[in-house]
Amino acid sequence: MTGLAILIPIALGMGLLGLAAFLWSMRAGQYDDMDGAAHRILIDEEDEA
Amino acid sequence: MNAPVLHLAAETPLVTTRLTVPGMKCAGCIGKIERELVKTPGIAAARANLSAKRVAITHDPALDEGALTAALLALGFESQPVADNPLASDDAERKRLTRALGVAGFGMMNIMLLSVSVWSGADGATRDLFHWLSAAIALPVVAYAGRPFFASAWMALKHRRTNMDVPISIGVILATCMSLYETITGGAHAFFDSAVMLLFFLLAGRALDAEMRTRTRAGIGALLGRMGKSASVIAPDGSTRRMAAKDLLPGMLVLIAAGESLAADGEVVEGRAALDNSMLTGESAPEPVAPGSVVHAGAINMGAPLRVRLTHVAEDTALAEIARAMDEAGQSRSTYVRIADRASRLYAPVVHALALLAFAGWMIAGAGWHASLTIAIAVLIITCPCAMGLAVPSAQVVASGTLMRRGLLVKDGSALERLAECDLAVLDKTGTLTLGTPRADIASLDPQARSIALALAQTSRHPLSRGLAAALLREGVTPAAVEDIREEGGTGLAGRWQGLTVALEKPASEGASDALATTLRIGETRKVIPFSDPLRPDAAAAIAALAAEGLPARILSGDRAAPVAAIAHALGLPSEASADPRAKLAALEALKAEGHRPLMVGDGLNDGPALAAAHASIAPGTASDASQQAADAVFIGEPLMPVALAVRVAKACMRIVRQNFGFSIAYNALAVPLALTGQVTPLVAAIAMSVSSLVVIANSLRLAGAPQ
Repeated sequence: MTGLAILIPIALGMGLLGLAAFLWSMRAGQYDDMDGAAHRILIDEEDEA
Repeated sequence: MNAPVLHLAAETPLVTTRLTVPGMKCAGCIGKIERELVKTPGIAAARANLSAKRVAITHDPALDEGALTAALLALGFESQPVADNPLASDDAERKRLTRALGVAGFGMMNIMLLSVSVWSGADGATRDLFHWLSAAIALPVVAYAGRPFFASAWMALKHRRTNMDVPISIGVILATCMSLYETITGGAHAFFDSAVMLLFFLLAGRALDAEMRTRTRAGIGALLGRMGKSASVIAPDGSTRRMAAKDLLPGMLVLIAAGESLAADGEVVEGRAALDNSMLTGESAPEPVAPGSVVHAGAINMGAPLRVRLTHVAEDTALAEIARAMDEAGQSRSTYVRIADRASRLYAPVVHALALLAFAGWMIAGAGWHASLTIAIAVLIITCPCAMGLAVPSAQVVASGTLMRRGLLVKDGSALERLAECDLAVLDKTGTLTLGTPRADIASLDPQARSIALALAQTSRHPLSRGLAAALLREGVTPAAVEDIREEGGTGLAGRWQGLTVALEKPASEGASDALATTLRIGETRKVIPFSDPLRPDAAAAIAALAAEGLPARILSGDRAAPVAAIAHALGLPSEASADPRAKLAALEALKAEGHRPLMVGDGLNDGPALAAAHASIAPGTASDASQQAADAVFIGEPLMPVALAVRVAKACMRIVRQNFGFSIAYNALAVPLALTGQVTPLVAAIAMSVSSLVVIANSLRLAGAPQ
């Protein structure tokens, strides 16, 4: 039973971490332009070094 | 991959301006805009959004919108400033639903983890601890994720109506309250998992619905965005200055340069040119204007500069009037009751009466108020319309996905429901039955003439030139070296080739026929190049397919009688010609008054009010923005068949929806006796809920196959 005291907070913490990551990615606008994200991979970046 | 940012040395506060760029289509466009725009002095950063067809530019406040549009034009993109974001509220709703879905998903997974332990036999202090933990997760999750349902249910109750959200909200709130009571008193059964799972499934349905709406609405610009935003006003002393469209007054004299669009209605005072009126009339041929001609806002000057005396401005223009008519015509549609709400009007009272009866029955049987209440709530949970909430959106999302792959974008679920109910199709001619762009017949030209024609045609934005250039480019023609090309508004293009005068001119015999044509002149030889606006290749087949679905078609066009009659005869359809926007609207209203449910298919802004008034409407992807906005669905490409396909898939979708409802009712008929006899535990509820939802989703997925 003592295992529960460790495992449950870990499970909840990981769930919360996932939720926080999801909310952050929404706020950061990562879902604003799904089509653009799919196309941007095709842009040839020039060397700007 | 972030947008390149150029840090300005000066510490000036930068401003951000948004522009719509309809021509942005691929990775190359994004790259070009973001890479090249920052090279313009004063622009700090540019970020393109391909889904919304927008570019956000961070720049020095000294640059105005005109400078930004000019910078984009230099890159080859036409753009329009966006005053405000008309889709903002839609977008906010979608984000709220997605956030709520994320929260509900988190809650569901963690509570299920604890619930599985309880079902596997945890008892005593462990079970109580798990119940308390579940409660700690479920209460904030229900409060947050349930808000869309609670708010909608509250609105419905306040207006003394009921919708699907009323039984959902009552079920969720009661299940949560009873579970909390069980937890506090150390009881065996808590339904937190059921309550949160229910919210998660239903939110998934709502989020899919919202996603479907925003995905197809994106990129549709606002109507007035197309109208000229400003005009060059000529003062009595001959000087000109730019004035915003809203500050213009009747009686002002304005200068309309080539390529500029009119900001208000007026009368030509000086100059001859051709106006592209396709915004208003949907006709592809430019209209020649001369002093005395009446011109309308939204028309684009294709030729020489014009001086125009304004007669109607701002809200009084013909364009603004059409926008108002569209608005009014669209009102009737907002009263349409969706099938899920119609079902819940029957469903909710039955369920609530049943729960009440269960409570009364067990009280009379002497079970005690706690047991009776538990059973009554179990009835509510088991009948809570989880499968019903998914029955409609799941089928509609799959159907709209199927249609999207076939080139038809449906805006929302209500559009699919209305499409399935139509019993009559009304079609516009130009741009709907036909392709709307003039196609040149170049068979009579020899290779040399072709290359000269291309050299001339590709320099002009005139629709005929563009049609000719497109036809020649398709044949792989390379342009000849023609020098000195100049365009004269209203007459044509001329240049020099190997010492000869070459030109594309209006045919000499003006008014000989209705057919569009241009003359190619090389030295002293002249050749006529005829143009036609061909029918869409599968127009006849699509109309036959519509008729097979029970939608006889008719033509309602703003074009002249002769060409309309020719097309109507070719397709064997009844027709009405020379209908202006009001006449089209009236025709639609008359059909509705006769009890018909017309499907309107049209493209021009002149079809806008009719599109908004029809029971359901479809516009081609080449239609004016306003028409696309008014229509329920937009089809892309040359074939007309997607229109017939839309009706067929909408009908198949409604069949599946009815099956889903049938299944939900059958499932309830089986589960309710269990609940009434007090056999429903949280485990039974969780299994019943998931199984019924999965069956409904699986049934909906059958629509993904080829719609036969």
